[in-house]
Amino acid sequence: MTNHPTIQLPNHPTTQRLLEVKNLHKYFPIRKGFFRKTIGNVRAVDDVSFFVNEGETLGLVGESGCGKTTTARCILRALTPTSGEMLFRPKAGQTVDLAKLSRQGLRPLRPQMQMIFQDPYGSLNPRMTLFDIVGEPLLVNGMKNRKERTERVAEILRLVGLRPEYMQRYPHAFSGGQRQRIGIARALALHPRLVVADEPVSALDVSVQAQILNLLLELQKRLHLTYLFVAHNLSVVKHISDRVAVMYVGKIVETATTQALFNSPKHPYTAALLAAVPVPDPRVRTGNVELKGEVPSPANPPSGCYFHPRCGYAVDICRVQAPVFREIVPSHFVSCHRADELKLQGIA
Amino acid sequence: MNSQTTPLLSVRNLKTHFFMDEGVVKAVDGVTFDVHPGQIFGIVGESGCGKSVTMKAVLRIVEPPGKIVNGEILLRRAKGNGSNGEVIDLATLAANGKRMRSIRGGEIALIPQEPMAAFSPVHTVGDQIIEAIMLHQTVSQRAARKIALQMFKDVGIPIPDQRLDEYAWQLSGGLRQRAIIAMALSCNPRLLIADEPTTAVDVTTQAQVLRLLRRLQEDRNAAIIFITHDLGVIAQMASYVMVMYLGLVMEEGPVDEIFHAPQHPYTQALLRSIPSVNSAPRVNLPTISGSIPHPFNKPRGCPFHPRCEKLIAGKCDARTPALQTVAEKQLVSCFLYHDVEVAS
Ligand SMILES: Nc1ncnc2c1ncn2[C@@H]1O[C@H](COP(=O)(O)OP(=O)(O)OP(=O)(O)O)[C@@H](O)[C@H]1O
Ligand SMILES: Nc1ncnc2c1ncn2[C@@H]1O[C@H](COP(=O)(O)OP(=O)(O)OP(=O)(O)O)[C@@H](O)[C@H]1O
Ligand code: SF4
Ligand SMILES: [Mg+2]
Ligand SMILES: [Mg+2]
Repeated sequence: MTNHPTIQLPNHPTTQRLLEVKNLHKYFPIRKGFFRKTIGNVRAVDDVSFFVNEGETLGLVGESGCGKTTTARCILRALTPTSGEMLFRPKAGQTVDLAKLSRQGLRPLRPQMQMIFQDPYGSLNPRMTLFDIVGEPLLVNGMKNRKERTERVAEILRLVGLRPEYMQRYPHAFSGGQRQRIGIARALALHPRLVVADEPVSALDVSVQAQILNLLLELQKRLHLTYLFVAHNLSVVKHISDRVAVMYVGKIVETATTQALFNSPKHPYTAALLAAVPVPDPRVRTGNVELKGEVPSPANPPSGCYFHPRCGYAVDICRVQAPVFREIVPSHFVSCHRADELKLQGIA
Repeated sequence: MNSQTTPLLSVRNLKTHFFMDEGVVKAVDGVTFDVHPGQIFGIVGESGCGKSVTMKAVLRIVEPPGKIVNGEILLRRAKGNGSNGEVIDLATLAANGKRMRSIRGGEIALIPQEPMAAFSPVHTVGDQIIEAIMLHQTVSQRAARKIALQMFKDVGIPIPDQRLDEYAWQLSGGLRQRAIIAMALSCNPRLLIADEPTTAVDVTTQAQVLRLLRRLQEDRNAAIIFITHDLGVIAQMASYVMVMYLGLVMEEGPVDEIFHAPQHPYTQALLRSIPSVNSAPRVNLPTISGSIPHPFNKPRGCPFHPRCEKLIAGKCDARTPALQTVAEKQLVSCFLYHDVEVAS
């Protein structure tokens, strides 16, 4: 299907992989006409590979439409991938490939993988009380005893910084930040191991955003959670992540530890993104390097390296051949033909 | 500094309230500021603090049940065109009268917060810009199209001739934002109000738009009122900053003072609470406790007092501090620095 070779992931004997995604593809057909004939594909996720270790946060960044949400939804099997593997290590038993499981086979794994959404307004049912919202997953998973459920809901509410006395209230009675806490409480009800958070603080006010980020960090420590944290805000991603993956037009172009990625980016796109972030200090002038042009459509990506039409370092090979995603220094993966020779500017 | 020049716009004790069935929302409740020619005047504040309503009042486009209930909006008019640089109070003009219509879109242009609101979906962007140009300048249709084309070139829209004949929804987010800027600038405004011009676009497009605005301000010496809740954007763009909270000004001053010597507890807390690409990862951020109160439940006294760590009990919760000059160039409304309260 593609000419991109499989990446070689190194073996880390000490850290445990919780999730390993290999060559994930998700194409959406573009149909036209009376017979709904497929005339092309939106390559929303186009050969993506990464892993998440137990207890860590992997940040997934990239500009609008690059495929972050589609990747997240594939992992939770809200979408069925076109191809690829998604290896998940459950609490007990053998590693399974989430891409291959049936609905039936997925059911016992669902509680272990939960999602936190961007929109704290839209993602909560306005007709359910706090008790029902947080208690529903418990009920569905067999906690029939109401008293037991009430106790567990109270415990989770306290955990996320909400008062158990509010249990009988409806979502509209809460502020944006409180609603996001409710969403987090619901996601945590079943003791998940993997939490996929899709832009969880993007809709929040600046002063409330910090409260939620702190909460997520604290919960991770206390409950040994593993996060896949999706966002477009680089400052937020830097704040919360141990490692970061950068996506561009359906592909991951670079993955590294947070430190390495921000201090010494190896991909010209990553460097351009970092340079574009306005730093909240008037004494530091940012945004001087301009990235020209626009993000191409995933329905019609460019030849060779998808970034070549905008890349200031592109040479002939970039236009014709897709670069291989490879480990250039230990734990630092990049797909750029010139990654070895380029000296790119990071953030000190 | 700009304080030597005469201000282009002086807003004095502006109040704009919304009279709802449930009660009165005092969206803007006594705001005073000056904007000087050539200045980039930044307004920051969290959602609902009254940034957009302040600007809608200046442009006299506050929608009912909203009303300007107090204050002056003094605009110093350009010389020429029968005007000799006199000062008029926009608050006294008829909102849809001839004078206000010639000022709106002419001397003062707006880049609105909702990018889709800027263009009608049933006319091409070119037709709409041409119409705007012909409304404010006595030129032929053909000459207006030439101006529009030049504007599209100036803001860096590729194949501008073709783009003029497209509809707003056919343009990508970045191109649409450029077209909006082109339209706003087509009548050579002396004051451009940019209300969150980059919130809807990605960071690389944002960098392009910010560069464009900065360049236009330098080339034309227009003043820009730049509204955002992004402290990074404000630090990079503004020369002077006003911080708002719940319809009031908490602090204002030159950008360097605001970021390096903030005085108001709200400004201080806000700056501490933002993660930055320069800060250390995975450490707890200092937060502001609680959340922004609902506009119907505005606290008595200083609007920030329920969340303030430094509150003076019996004072901050009872009386509202006025905006006063404290440091050399900074103005702060906080009882930690002075005793002057808002006259009731
Ligand atoms: N159901 C769908 N059918 C067709 N195309 C889709 C569908 N869902 C997503 N896409 C397309 O796939 C691409 C990736 O979308 P996705 O929502 O994953 O991006 P994202 O990185 O999450 O963007 P954002 O930052 O805007 O949330 C986009 O071009 C989008 O238009
Ligand atoms: N048409 C309206 N009717 C009633 N209340 C309104 C109306 N427009 C604005 N308000 C209220 O006025 C207050 C100030 O709103 P404004 O739009 O100025 O906020 P803002 O600072 O621009 O926020 P944001 O960052 O979200 O754009 C808010 O409480 C808002 O709910
Ligand atoms: S492969 Fe070429 S075009 Fe792509 S990022 Fe590297 S230098 Fe630029
Ligand atoms: Mg998304
Ligand atoms: Mg606004």
